[in-house]
Amino acid sequence: MTIGSVPLRFRVSIDPDRCMLCGRCVENCSYDVFRKDGDEIRINSRNCVACHRCLAFCPRDAIDIAEKPTDYRSHPLWTREIREAIFNQAKTGKIILSGMGNALPYPVIFDRLVLDACQVTNPSIDPLREPMELRTYLGKKPGQISLRETPNGDVELKTNLTPNLQIETPIMVAHMSYGAISLNAQLSLAKAVSRIGTFMGTGEGGLHEALYPYQQHMIVQVASGRFGVDINYLERGAAIEIKIGQGAKPGIGGHLPGEKVCADISCTRMIPEGSDAISPAPHHDIYSIEDLKQLVRSLKEATEWKKPVFVKIAAVHNSAAIAAGIARSSADAVVIDGFRGGTGAAPRVFRDHVGIPIEAAVASVDAKLRQQRIRNEVSIIASGGIRESADVAKVIALGADAVYIGTSALVAMGCRVCGTCYRGLCAWGIATQRPDLVARLNPDEASVQVENLIHGWTLELAELMGAAGINSIESLRGNRDRLRGYMLDEGMMKVLDVMPVGA
Amino acid sequence: MCGIIGVIDRRRECMNGSKIKEALSQMNERGSGEGAGYVAYGIYPEYKEYFALHIFFDNIRENKAALDTLLEKWGTIVHDEQIKTYEQHNIRKVHTPWRYFFRPDRSLMPKSITPDEDIVTHLVMKVNAAKNGALIFSSGKNLGVFKAAGWPEDVAEFYRIQDYKGYLWMGHNRYPTNTPGWWGGAHPFNLLNWSVVHNGEITSYGTNRRYIESYGYECTMYTDTEVVAYLFDLLVRKHGLSEKMAVRALAPPFWDEIDTMPEKERELNRAIRLTYGSAMMNGPYAICVANEHSLVGFTDRIKLRPLVTGELGDRVYISSEESAIRKLEPEVGKIAMPRAGEPVIGKVYV
Repeated sequence: MTIGSVPLRFRVSIDPDRCMLCGRCVENCSYDVFRKDGDEIRINSRNCVACHRCLAFCPRDAIDIAEKPTDYRSHPLWTREIREAIFNQAKTGKIILSGMGNALPYPVIFDRLVLDACQVTNPSIDPLREPMELRTYLGKKPGQISLRETPNGDVELKTNLTPNLQIETPIMVAHMSYGAISLNAQLSLAKAVSRIGTFMGTGEGGLHEALYPYQQHMIVQVASGRFGVDINYLERGAAIEIKIGQGAKPGIGGHLPGEKVCADISCTRMIPEGSDAISPAPHHDIYSIEDLKQLVRSLKEATEWKKPVFVKIAAVHNSAAIAAGIARSSADAVVIDGFRGGTGAAPRVFRDHVGIPIEAAVASVDAKLRQQRIRNEVSIIASGGIRESADVAKVIALGADAVYIGTSALVAMGCRVCGTCYRGLCAWGIATQRPDLVARLNPDEASVQVENLIHGWTLELAELMGAAGINSIESLRGNRDRLRGYMLDEGMMKVLDVMPVGA
Repeated sequence: MCGIIGVIDRRRECMNGSKIKEALSQMNERGSGEGAGYVAYGIYPEYKEYFALHIFFDNIRENKAALDTLLEKWGTIVHDEQIKTYEQHNIRKVHTPWRYFFRPDRSLMPKSITPDEDIVTHLVMKVNAAKNGALIFSSGKNLGVFKAAGWPEDVAEFYRIQDYKGYLWMGHNRYPTNTPGWWGGAHPFNLLNWSVVHNGEITSYGTNRRYIESYGYECTMYTDTEVVAYLFDLLVRKHGLSEKMAVRALAPPFWDEIDTMPEKERELNRAIRLTYGSAMMNGPYAICVANEHSLVGFTDRIKLRPLVTGELGDRVYISSEESAIRKLEPEVGKIAMPRAGEPVIGKVYV
């Protein structure tokens, strides 16, 4: 024990004057922080992850949680996190696991971009009084259409359109697998997207029977482990998404520990109960862009060319060129997952250090596709770190067609972003498979909350567009003239192709 | 604000420019005296085979030789001369307007199906982007744009537009916000046979510009209007859409309307919106677009700018104000206000 204990991450305290010993904190904490001992509640602060479950259910507001109660000697380079990572690895000799998205304090580009509004020379449009169109079609569009005029003066369409996904708001729910999150969490999301008229992703966890009623709003994922993939699965989805990479861990595969593979998950993933589900880093049948093309076309062939096929990549340095390759592969949309994208479990070193921000990735992908005149071949779906409606508006103005939200949707269901998803003890019933914890999440209630969130963002997006004098989302897409950079450096503004404020 | 007007004689009977000057001045309330312009079709019958290039030179001695060399590299200058102007005390002649009649050498654009037009487009984009003291502001056949910074009547007198005879005229009375006093910023904007006059502001300009620039057009005029000319060139000349369908793409019906259309029509409109989403123009506008065959007027999808039309005999009139049309033709009939996004098209008979 040369290292010993490190300082507490959180100090939990209970105000004895307020506490009435009801024991709700003991029941609710899944990390064993609280223990009832006669007329007292004992606290083990070291176990606390700050998920706030106890706090949310304390009827008397008796609980307080303080972060980092003990200071290290401060040092700008040798931060607390760095030192603790070293302690951790010195003890274990292992890769450090982490949850949620990138936790380093990189500047947030979204927060240095501002939106435009109309004054005098053009009127703003009031969405309460005028039509405002947010409907979006995801998929391939023709570069031009060809029409035939009939002798009686009617115009007929000669061009055949390929299948597109129609969404009533440009906000979809990202791929979070059954395994990473609970069935109740998936059900809540599924109910919400069905009511709103948008879509959610299954993640690489197969499609549980309980979700079949919502399959018309599900995008089924084919990832490197191919878990849960068969023709039944492909045919049930409204679209298919090939996952190449993930923003939280570009370049590596996934890992669902065997302890989480219960009977139900073993069925939907189609793997033996209790076995680790390890997705390899690359797809073992994709070693080049032409292999991707074959997979895209095989999936289309298997589903009779009736479903759009998306390809998801992590935002990395060369995203633009990669996306241009994907656009030529018969794929219908490219999903770009920025380095702030969340995850159930990822090596900390990848989560914090690999990949690029979604804002820059979308800007460069859109520019490259336009430059090569293939922007119409694929839709661009942005994901990874979309926190509010303003982010949606900004990323669309940079060139995206739609967004995926993951963490935001979980927060709407109660998630406190404690980042402990990988332990499977989520007290909110979201990132866990323990039946008693899962039962805490009521899909009927949680789905209303997710629906409310997307609805609220949609209303705000409509207001932002109206203020900018735009009544259709197509006119916001790629409209970088309506963005200005505030305190962004010149190089960054060049990548984003935006002007500084005041210009 | 801005005031616009257009008239076409469908039998190609020519009108001189005196009336259009009066009509445009009628709308001086909509302007500010910092920009006005006219375009007339049919004015160069003796040179109608050639592209009539109208140029603003900053300085003849310095800038003209380079343009001559460039044009001769790409074709033949059949004739060139200074555009006659007549001094007006309200107009400061900061440019020397010049005209060339130009025949491109199509062997230099071997892969194109419209080599002449592509050469001229290329030259316009190149010269205007370079900003070397020469600006090509008119490049069609048998037509010409005349514009400057000033009130409509002064600009008209400056060029003596009453001396030109055309079967199709458009005029624009400008209230500038962006580039006051710059002659290049006055309307009409022109590319090849497309001319545009525009009242309003295009809030989707950034989207439209990115779309059109991926097809090789370059927006160099610091204004949203030029993009309209390029969009029409792309949709009609290159993609083969009718003017009516081009307007459908630029100002399409709302999804609510499309959803309730009969199936075939619904599919057609859906295809147009999916394909040309980035070409859709948003924001308040009333626009007149012309080519050698037609005059098209349309407004934005919720009609945030006025547009009035009238008809008498073979002539179709489109303007921001009825009073302007009446100045042009007191006896005009069929005064109407087109619905939002609905094109009004006056087309020559042959």
